[in-house]
Amino acid sequence: MGGRESTLVLLDENGIRCDGRKVDEPRRIMIKAGGLKNADGSAYIEFGDNKILVGVFGPRDVHPKHMSNTDTGILRVRYHMEPFSVGERKNPAPSRREIEISKVIKEALLPAVILDKFPRTAVDVFIEVLQADGGTRCAALAAASVALADAGIPMRDMVAACAAGKAADTIILDVNNEEDQAGQADMPVGYMPNLDKITLLQLDGVLSPEEFKKCVKVGVDGCKLVYELQKKALHEKYFQNGGDQ
Amino acid sequence: MDNKRKYVIPGDVITTGPYRPEQNVILEGNKIISTTIGISEIYDDSAKVISLTGKYLPKINDLVIGKVISHSSLSWELDINSCYVGFLPAQDVFGRDFSAHADELTSRLKSGDLVAARIANSDRTRDPLITIADRDLGKIDSGDLVEISPSKVPRLIGKKGTMIQTIENATDAIITIGQNGWVVVSCDNPEGLLKAKKAIQMVNEQAHVANLTDQVKDMLESKGES
Repeated sequence: MGGRESTLVLLDENGIRCDGRKVDEPRRIMIKAGGLKNADGSAYIEFGDNKILVGVFGPRDVHPKHMSNTDTGILRVRYHMEPFSVGERKNPAPSRREIEISKVIKEALLPAVILDKFPRTAVDVFIEVLQADGGTRCAALAAASVALADAGIPMRDMVAACAAGKAADTIILDVNNEEDQAGQADMPVGYMPNLDKITLLQLDGVLSPEEFKKCVKVGVDGCKLVYELQKKALHEKYFQNGGDQ
Repeated sequence: MDNKRKYVIPGDVITTGPYRPEQNVILEGNKIISTTIGISEIYDDSAKVISLTGKYLPKINDLVIGKVISHSSLSWELDINSCYVGFLPAQDVFGRDFSAHADELTSRLKSGDLVAARIANSDRTRDPLITIADRDLGKIDSGDLVEISPSKVPRLIGKKGTMIQTIENATDAIITIGQNGWVVVSCDNPEGLLKAKKAIQMVNEQAHVANLTDQVKDMLESKGES
């Protein structure tokens, strides 16, 4: 069902995946808040081999003026992949896929941010993918949420994100590039841990209703792990005593 | 008091129960949730978070330092380090008998000038109205501008103004603090000026450190001796 034929063993008989992880084990994740001096807020995330930098500006004047809203601030998100982020050079112009991801990340962040205090302004989120290895939209969403908090944009909750999926007929956490290409399903989940609400849910592939439920649950559990790291990153920047930088 | 203060990030539940949500918190069901990174404080009937980040949002009666960006024939526009520009009507400066034909706005304030001003009115529908018609307000003729994070202004002032008094007394400088994070330091003695600026930067960088007033005092005194 689905998936591409390949010689790659996605899951061996011991339950170990192609990169040595267990089925419910995420990749190595490192999040750092701050780092960019000229942005109002910023974050850097390493999610396995993904490396993503996010800068946030705002609230600030809206240009072009006609985009502004007199009732509330607006959120604008640009997800962009560097030409060197993938194996073969990527054209730096925004592709169909990048436009879609910008849109879904924006919609995943909107339930969290409180912009009605800033009418006629915009908050701009710039996401630069320096190195991509599957699951960039989740990593980018998690980093964008840290950068927004760093910029001091009021938020109802942080948005954590992690992907779940299905490969070799098993539900797995945190799908990597190989599993995304050769696996049977990929499901990015964005989640607000304190409010217990899902803000992003996409599915590429085929799942039975039972598998779907399990997949969402696995994804949400992954988000909770990511949330702990987001929390740690912000605490490190703001509350580390003597942490001058 | 101390055990009620907590470091929080957006989404953290500060407390549950019948508390009045004040600044930087929202009520979600019966949970009081922080909306920003900061330090939470719970009082008898209310809860709030003192923010550690974020831009300046104009509030009525705030003293701000503004920089003139441009003017029309009737008003000036001032950069007040916020997402909105401050609007200073010409009548406020020239008085009631202001005439757009007779009076030239640039004769009083040119672009680039610094102004100490008060927020006269600020609402959601238009840019904040500011005024300089008050004692101690108006064009700033001399001094150095220091920019700090607006969220650290209360720390620079200190409890009942202790921090700022410490710096002023030790350096003989006159310091005007705008709530928007812009600070003007003027001092006849160049050494005092440098020291005061350094002390302000020190507060900006180490705002989270306890007993900062004493440390600033030490810094100011030790420099004076050497």
